Amino acid sequence: MEILESGIGEMIQPPDIEAFREWNRTKKTRKLVDKRMTEQEAISSFVYDGCYIGTELYGTVRCPMSLSRELVRQGKKDLRVCGQGVLELDLWMTAGLVKKLDITYIGLEVYGTSNALRRAVESGQIVSCVEWSNASISWRMKATAMGVPFLPARSMLGTDMLKYSAAKVVEDPFTGIKVCLIPALILDVALIHVHRADRYGNAQIEGITGFGAEMARACKRLIISAEEIVSTDEIRKYPDRTIIPYYLVDAVVHAPFGSHPGEMAYDYGRDEPVIREWVESSKTAEGAKAYLDKYVYGVANHQEYMDLIGKEHLSQLVEEREKRE
Amino acid sequence: MTDQSYSKTELMICVAARLFQDGTTAFIGTGIPMLAAMLATKTIAPSLVPVFEFGGLGAIMEDLPRAVGEARTFHRGLVAAGICELMETAQRGFIDYGFLGGAQIDPYGNLNSVTIGDHDHPKARLPGSGGGNDVGSQCWMTVAIMQHDKRRFVPKLDFLTTPGYLTGPSARENAGLPAGTRPINVVSTLALMDYDDGPGGTYRMRLAATHPGVSVQEVIDNTGFELIIPEQVPINDPPSDLELRLLREEIDPERYYI
Repeated sequence: MEILESGIGEMIQPPDIEAFREWNRTKKTRKLVDKRMTEQEAISSFVYDGCYIGTELYGTVRCPMSLSRELVRQGKKDLRVCGQGVLELDLWMTAGLVKKLDITYIGLEVYGTSNALRRAVESGQIVSCVEWSNASISWRMKATAMGVPFLPARSMLGTDMLKYSAAKVVEDPFTGIKVCLIPALILDVALIHVHRADRYGNAQIEGITGFGAEMARACKRLIISAEEIVSTDEIRKYPDRTIIPYYLVDAVVHAPFGSHPGEMAYDYGRDEPVIREWVESSKTAEGAKAYLDKYVYGVANHQEYMDLIGKEHLSQLVEEREKRE
Repeated sequence: MTDQSYSKTELMICVAARLFQDGTTAFIGTGIPMLAAMLATKTIAPSLVPVFEFGGLGAIMEDLPRAVGEARTFHRGLVAAGICELMETAQRGFIDYGFLGGAQIDPYGNLNSVTIGDHDHPKARLPGSGGGNDVGSQCWMTVAIMQHDKRRFVPKLDFLTTPGYLTGPSARENAGLPAGTRPINVVSTLALMDYDDGPGGTYRMRLAATHPGVSVQEVIDNTGFELIIPEQVPINDPPSDLELRLLREEIDPERYYI
């Protein structure tokens, strides 16, 4: 097949789909074993300097914030990061932990651009930004989830997105149309926050699923944090809701309010004052560091973080949750 | 006649809202497009089906979403799926419109949301494509909503993130983008634009109507490239009392945007 065009972006993690099969054969147990552990244990066991890591969903929505803060406390560095973010990646970049980015969107949405991203990229701290659209990065994970080395897509064609990605354009041998070939993406580690999981890692999500199903199937190690740990009997009552089966999972962390200051659909709403505090603080490098001192380094673990936010404040967020009615 | 009882942003949102068609599907980008979509559902397009890329489809938009994944994007929705499902829905040809913002736009309606300056050594690193490129690639018709000034309406983008007409006639098809997909309008703080995309056209941006109180010359002076100016340029209706009341009291009472 003739390659018509190639992106010049770095392939930050060249996909090896055969090695991934072998990994899944030898490194992932099919046994139902108890994988519960703390944030500290999960991050220190599976996240390492230089690893290729991703988080799901997105900064203020069902995002693994308790795990993201613990990663900062442990100072895992030279991270190669896949994706998108608001508060999670802002914290990592502020702490100087990110070296390379497969980037889709990092911004504060209603509050505008991310100053943490601007500082990290414009200063050269992040040495490589490879561009992907939201669909293409999700389809990259979908390719891995399917066990194939790439997927054809009709995004990114004709633009600088293609040029600064690691995708390629070919003529489809069946129809003759040009398609963008999107390479499989295999993370070393993925962090996903869910509504409920059992001790083995069978995980269920309420509301939109983002790219949780795809990311869970496109990583070598998967750390799940869950608002609630439920019995396996409870999972068995609603097996149709299990979008992440246990055999994908390496660690299960019980993290109530684990997405704070983001929201968790039907559990609690966004914490607008704390998000605004980040927006204001992060306008300067000093302010951003002060925020980290207060909310990340200033607490030893997620329990202390919740104590800092305060029970009353957290119950207010529960009041403000999206309700099923 | 200039009526100062509303802002340029409010007027831009009202003009954008009037472009929505009832009973269609529309991908809604973050920010101003969300306000325009909400206003449309409360006025001319009550059965618009809003689509938000992280998985929400058919939400009842009672409160302004502050993020494209938050629960307000699937509040009492028809579907809470995932990003692949909705992007694939667009790729199959089911999404009629896309409403987007951007930092820069060029004469062919291409948008930039990645970098100002050189990509590898940018003067300003912007958030990135997000779903912008996909929406501009896959939806049948795309509308851009922008502040209007020479820094934003530029002859050449620093980075082409989201495809409009690319370099002109046939360029989208030649690049492999789905046949028949296209940019249709730009709504700015000064005017409504469309494209010279009839048979034999240049596919460049064309002034379609000015906002009340804005002269054609003012639009020209604030555009960094040559805009096609037709002989007759109509004037958009100002915001109605109803539109303004909805915007201020129901859609953005906390004044995130207006």
